[in-house]
Amino acid sequence: MLRLDQLKIRLEDFQMTADMSLQKGRKYAVIGPSGAGKSTLLGALCGFVPLTSGRLFWQDQEITDHQPGGRPMTMLFQDNNLFPHLSVLQNVGLGIRPDLRLTDEDRTRISKALARVGLSDQTNKKPGTLSGGQQSRAALARVLVQARPWVLLDEPFAALGPALRNEMLDLMQDLVAETGAGLVMVTHAPEDVRRIADQVIFVGSGKAEAPQPARELMDNPPPELQQYLG
Amino acid sequence: MAAILVVAVVLAAGVGIASRIETALSFGTGDWAAVRFTVWQSFLSSMFSVVLAIPVARALARRQFFGRGLLVTLLGAPFILPVIVAVLGLLSVFGRNGWLNIVLASAGLPTLSIYGLQGVVLAHVFFNLPLATRLLLQGWQTIPAERFRLAAQLHLTPWAFFRVIEWPLIRQILPGVAALIFVICLTSFAVALTLGGGPKATTLELAIYQAFRFDFDLGRAALLSLAQLALAGGAALVALGVIPTISVGGGLDRPQQRWDGVSRVQRRSDMVVITIASGFLLLPLFAIVLRGLIGIPQLPQTVWTAAGASLCVAGMSILVLGFLAVPMAGWIASKPTGSVEAIGLLGLSASPLMIGTGWFILINPVMNPASLALPVTALVNALMALPFCLRILVPRLRDTLRDYGRLSATLGVQGWPLWRWVILPRLAPQIGFAAGLTGALSAGDLGVITLFADADRATLPLQMYRLMGAYRMEAAAGAALLLLIMALGIFWVCDWIGRRYAAS
Repeated sequence: MLRLDQLKIRLEDFQMTADMSLQKGRKYAVIGPSGAGKSTLLGALCGFVPLTSGRLFWQDQEITDHQPGGRPMTMLFQDNNLFPHLSVLQNVGLGIRPDLRLTDEDRTRISKALARVGLSDQTNKKPGTLSGGQQSRAALARVLVQARPWVLLDEPFAALGPALRNEMLDLMQDLVAETGAGLVMVTHAPEDVRRIADQVIFVGSGKAEAPQPARELMDNPPPELQQYLG
Repeated sequence: MAAILVVAVVLAAGVGIASRIETALSFGTGDWAAVRFTVWQSFLSSMFSVVLAIPVARALARRQFFGRGLLVTLLGAPFILPVIVAVLGLLSVFGRNGWLNIVLASAGLPTLSIYGLQGVVLAHVFFNLPLATRLLLQGWQTIPAERFRLAAQLHLTPWAFFRVIEWPLIRQILPGVAALIFVICLTSFAVALTLGGGPKATTLELAIYQAFRFDFDLGRAALLSLAQLALAGGAALVALGVIPTISVGGGLDRPQQRWDGVSRVQRRSDMVVITIASGFLLLPLFAIVLRGLIGIPQLPQTVWTAAGASLCVAGMSILVLGFLAVPMAGWIASKPTGSVEAIGLLGLSASPLMIGTGWFILINPVMNPASLALPVTALVNALMALPFCLRILVPRLRDTLRDYGRLSATLGVQGWPLWRWVILPRLAPQIGFAAGLTGALSAGDLGVITLFADADRATLPLQMYRLMGAYRMEAAAGAALLLLIMALGIFWVCDWIGRRYAAS
């Protein structure tokens, strides 16, 4: 269980609070108007946005002050998820060994992950030579070898076309199901919520609301969410 | 760490100088004349450079012609051109028996002398006119295409076009460019050494050298160094706010689409301006190549030895710079604001001769300074290149950290692996460029080495200067060509390695 205990974030003229618990293995969608702080919330969980107050627990262990790399989560950003100067193999390898001293065992794991996402024949290529969908797949292969308990998505597939995006979301869903990881996903699209989320975290007017069951919330939205959905 | 080292090098020089300042020593009339001349020639040089740069940049900005890209690239060349080589080139064209005077004499006109104030300013304009042109051109490039379209729609007259579009830009950029050139010319030494001299045309740097070399009056040299530090440092501090960033990237060779300046008068005048400017820049280089080809077979063995020494110095400078600039750039880039770039600027204002004097005073009691001539030269040269290198490296490093910092952090890539797998590969082209610049500047520098060298130890620029002093002009021209090839070669090789590494 990931517990957000009275989190408070204040940045210049922005502030938000969050107080909730997230269950491992569940899939959470974070929705809300632009500028409400969806990405900021994910950044705070990952350790990029400093907390003004509050504490963060993972399985009763406090991780508030842990380094981003030392937290039980992996994050996919809107862009720059791959290093353009490294090969696909190296990019995935960084998920296992940050110094890239890969053993034969590591390489086997990487090959398996690349095979799982359908990139076996692209191992030694640079990301620049791959299509947008293939680049997403490579990033997912790294998520797979990292095998962290939580996967955080900050709209990494936003630049893809609708069909490709659905394909990636389905693949993502399959992968977290295989590894048993929990998923926290920022999205703008109500159809994404219906497609994969169990629970919805609505971020609006300075507060991240506690998660609520996705279907019920989307079918029967409270006024503020109704206004956002239009 | 690296920043501390830089400060330490400069401070050590300061300590050396301070230890020799005697209260009894006062500033003589000759010293005041040197201060006045330093400021006056810097002022004239920067004025001529920027005023002449306006028509050149304007013409280059609105014309497209065969060889334009090459010409714009060549505008960057004086930056790595060894000063002494350029001086010899200028002498070939403008000197007593130069091409210009031959033409003037055959036309029955009085001949011109290149020595003194006019020569110093001429050489400084030769170096800084291209720099000013590039910076102005860079400004022109920032004018959005829409504005040219709008001007074309409105049918602006040339005068209205100048007032509405060009003049606001010039007014905005020019003061910074002038300030930059002023600061650069304040610490000029090799030009004054070769074309100045005498009571009327001695810069502070040259006065330091003369007090040192001719009178071996370390106290006076120290005092003059202090004056130089105050003058150049003060000017640099004042100018810091207005000095523009020197872009070294490409993009300047991409001409904008323009609809103005189509009248016959404008086309003719642009053509004349471009022809004169390219002639002014290319003829001296052409002269070097021409005379050098004749001179190279006559090179004495000492020149080849000196060339080897210069290669060593360049290599050492590049190494020192690698250990200094890259970590420093990392440190600066991780800070939100670039106030620490000021340390790099310290190298620009702290003159090489001043640092050299300080170190000489420190080393002299302990050992023979001549035996350290090459390492000290390499170190000081690296320091001189530091401000430029930081300006090349820091922006790219900032971008890299902005784009990939979070990704690296989530993956736990930090410390050496962060440098090994992320920063160095991303920065390879910039590092190669900076290394090339440093190597070329270092190989071509005629500064500290003049203080430390003895009869047995010399770098190629110094050896060339000695040949000129002995009126062995053919051999000097050969050495100049060799030095030119070396400087350009070092630059090209480093730049190429950086690009290749980045591409692989």
